[in-house]
Formats: sequence, C-alpha cells, structure tokens
Amino acid sequence: MEMLVVNNLHKSFGGVKAVTNINMKIEEGQIVGLIGPNGAGKTTFFNLLTGIYSPSSGEIVYRLKQEVSSCSFKPDKMVKYGVSRTFQNIRLFKEMTVLENVLIGYHNNFKYNLFTSLFRLPSYYKDEENAYEEVIQLLKRFNLYDKKDHLAKSLPYGEQRKVEICRALASKPKLLLLDEPAAGMNPQETKELTQLIKWIRDEYDLTIILIEHDMSLVMELCENIFVFNHGTLLAKGTPKEIQHDPRVIKAYLGGE
Amino acid sequence: MKIGTKKNMLTFGLVLAIYLVVQLLLNMGILDSYIEINMVIIGINIILAVSLNLITGFTGQFSLGHAAFMSIGAYTSGILTAKLGQPFIVGVIAAALTASMAGVIIGIPTLRLKGDYLAIATLGFGEIVRIIGLNNDYIGGAIGLNDIPQYTNWTWLYFSVVLTIFIISNFIKSYHGRACIAIREDEIAAEAMGVNTAYYKTLAFVIGAFFAGIAGALHANYFYFIKPDSFGFMKSIDILVIVVFGGLGSITGSVVGAVALSILSTLLQGIPELRMVIYAVVLFLIMVYRPQGLMGDRELKLFKKVGVVNGNASSK
Repeated sequence: MEMLVVNNLHKSFGGVKAVTNINMKIEEGQIVGLIGPNGAGKTTFFNLLTGIYSPSSGEIVYRLKQEVSSCSFKPDKMVKYGVSRTFQNIRLFKEMTVLENVLIGYHNNFKYNLFTSLFRLPSYYKDEENAYEEVIQLLKRFNLYDKKDHLAKSLPYGEQRKVEICRALASKPKLLLLDEPAAGMNPQETKELTQLIKWIRDEYDLTIILIEHDMSLVMELCENIFVFNHGTLLAKGTPKEIQHDPRVIKAYLGGE
Repeated sequence: MKIGTKKNMLTFGLVLAIYLVVQLLLNMGILDSYIEINMVIIGINIILAVSLNLITGFTGQFSLGHAAFMSIGAYTSGILTAKLGQPFIVGVIAAALTASMAGVIIGIPTLRLKGDYLAIATLGFGEIVRIIGLNNDYIGGAIGLNDIPQYTNWTWLYFSVVLTIFIISNFIKSYHGRACIAIREDEIAAEAMGVNTAYYKTLAFVIGAFFAGIAGALHANYFYFIKPDSFGFMKSIDILVIVVFGGLGSITGSVVGAVALSILSTLLQGIPELRMVIYAVVLFLIMVYRPQGLMGDRELKLFKKVGVVNGNASSK
C-alpha cells in the first residue's frame, strides 16, 4: 500500500524555486533513497515532509496511523502522525544524558497529565516506569545501554548518530526520515550503519526515506532511488536503473 | 523507578521537624524579630529564585520581568487584604492566579523571541507594570499601598517555600519538565520529537509567575507597605543574580544561592560604604572561578546513600 503520496509539490522562497513539480509515491516497508548534488532541494523536501515548511502549492498525503495531508502539518504534530526524523547536523540535546534524550523521543507516548506530574499521583510512577523500560530495551538493542548516563555531547560522533536514530525510534514511528545518516563516518562505520538501517526496517516494520551522498550505502540499502536536480525529480528507479541512467550520470555520478 | 516510600517519608519527616523546631524557637523567643525578618527575606528569595530558574534555567527563556510578577502578586494580595478585608488565604491564591495570568499575557506574545530579544521584551513588561502602578491612585501611586495587615508568619512562609520546591522539582522530573529542558537545548529538535514548544514555553512562564505571585503576597503581607519602585528592574536583576549564582538549572542551587546571597547582604549591612563593593567582588569571583554557578546544573541530594541502595539501576 502507498503510505506517502506527493502531488505536484512546489516550494519557493521569494524568487527561488527550491522544489518544483515533485510527484512521488512510496510503498509501505521500503527503504527509499534521495540523492542529488548539493542544493538540489533534498533537505527542503525533507522539511516539507516534516511540516517545517508548508508547500507553496501541491500536497503531501500520509497514510500511516491516519490519513493526513500537508495542510494540517505542524512540526510537533508529525510524531503523532507517525513520522519521525533525524537531522543532517546532529541535533541532540547536548547537556542531557543519552537516556533523557531518548525519553524525549518517547514524549508523545506518555499519558499522565500535568496535574499528575505536579503531585506525583500513582499513574506518574506507572507511566514513567513503562517508558523507562521501553527506552532501556531500545538502548540495549543499539548497544548504548552502558552509556545511558553519559551526556550526549560526550559521545563520539558515530554513537551520537545512533542516539539520534534511537531517539527518533522512541516515538514509535511508521516512517523514519534520515537526513545524511552516514555524513562524517568512516567506511567501517558506514558499513555498520548500513546493516543497522536494514535491521531497523525489519525489526520495527518501518518505511525509511534517507538522503545520502555515500553511494555505497545508497546502492546497497535502497530499493528505490529518487534523483533530485535543481529542485526537480530527474529520475527514479531501482539502484541498477539509476546507475545506468545517462541523465543521472551526467548530473551527479560524474562523467562527461 | 520506585515510589521510594521510605525516602519520601524521611523527607516528609525532616520537613516537618524543621518546621516544628523553628516554630518552637520562635515561640520561646530564641529567634528574635531581626532573625525572623531575615528568614522571611530568605524564604521569599528562595521562592523567587526557584520559580525564575524554571523559566530561565530549565526552559532557557531569558526573563527580566520576574519582579513584575511579584509586584502583581503583592498588589493583588495587598488590595484584597487591606482594602477589601479578605483573609490572607484569599489574598495568596488570588495573587498566584493573577500573576500566572500575567504569565500567559507575557508568555504568548513573546513565543517567537529568544535570548536578548526576549530579555528586552520582558524588561519592557516589567516597566509597564511598574508605571501602571505609579499612575494608579487607587493603589496609592508612587506613595505605595499602606496598612497591609501582617499575616505572613513562619507557617505561611515555610510551607510556601516547601510547596514551591516540591511542585517545581516534581514538574522538572516529569516528561513535561524534560520537554522544557529539551526546548532549552534545541528547540527545533524538541519540536521534531513532538514537543509542543509554544505550550511548554507559556507553561513555564505560568508556573514561574504563579510562585512569584505567592512570593509577592508574602512580601506585601509581611512588610505592611509596598510601592511600585520596590519591584523595578533592579529587583528582577537581583533574582536573576541569585539564579545564576546558584546555577542555572539547579533547584538546590537556587536555594543555596538565595540563602547565601541574602545572608551576605545582611552581614554587610554593618559596613554600608563597602557593602555593594564586597557583594560585587563575591559575584565576580564566583563567575570567574565557577562560571556555571555554585551548583552547575547538579542537585544536592538528601539521603544519597539510601538512594543508591534502593534505587540502583532505576534511581533516575
């Protein structure tokens, strides 16, 4: 089933057309890659998907937990709709511990109200305990349990990326958006990340859309690839098709 | 995560014991009225500092308008008890509510502002409140409001302080409080994780103002007399200094800061010529050698050992 439909999406900032005429359909359970040269509109597209920008025209429709279209997108509502994301430049809560970071991801799954929290009524303890256990499970699966009480800023780069993914997963999304997850990683770390993303998709039954410049990761992971260039969709297809598409080679992969 | 009944009971017992001991000493006349005045000042400063810490230290909203909330609380309680003859409890509750309404009024329009800009907006709010007070004849204008009955006593003071610390630290340790800290750390990421930033920023202002209002009521009903100029810009700065001195993001830090700075200021009254100089030097030294404040963002814990034994892995 299609869980994401994009119709004629446009976004312009003043005279700059960042994204024009995008049409896209994404099936549930896929890993989809967005590639393209810098400034091609990939991150703008991500920001449109997560409600940070609203489209100038056209629309985005999600069919996840419920059907929602881009007219009701707001950044803090997306988690409720089942969409969670990571950022190109890591945005962890630096002065909070790893555990607290991931607990923020769990934010919308808490049920107790403000009054309960002020007076520590029984449901406070019950709810916090549940959250704590789920988050610990998650951290253990990512081999981050030992570091749960470390401040996020004290972790090495690769682990910060993992914490960010962990935090996004704690919100129990159906769709995970990863913005350049391998940026700044060495080949070994990239390889591990490739396995991790595959495992996440299978384990948590997710759809994943990722922006990435590292072709080894994209070609190995993605079942479908969309190529952006100058704000438009240049091509789409399987990794093989993309690799042999002359337009893509000209625009992006190099060549005369 | 355990309910920690034993720990809670111990804390409760300790809180009650301190209350009873001090009350007894007051009754026996061992603590004289000079000490009592200072205890009231310390208590009010603790309430103000802890509540401002929620806004500035935890949520990261740099506010210079805290004295204005206090002023609104003080005048509300003053009018109700002095002019309308209401009991103190009505005055305190009304003071807290009007101040938190003012918190909504300042919180919502300043949602888009950050850092310096927010500081200037809240500063402006403080001045507006002060000037309305100066020009309103019903509440005495610049002369101030007189003959407020003295209702504030040790009981009111102590339990207001305890309530403030109890509510705000419970808030901070819930998912609501964590959301506030996340906003301080990275607003965009917090929003992407489903935190309604507008709601939590306003909420921090409302809760902070609520307790500042109570502090105002305690102040008005202890010192008989209030005037708009006692709640000016400098008062807001004083509170902010306590918060920064104790450590942004540490409730116990605010308590320690309020006690230390109030005592320091009282001790220095003996040498009025050098008072502000020494006060300034102390602040200067703290900022140079401990820029994160006395406590940083850590908390002093009672019963540390008990916590380790009972809580082990799930103590947080």
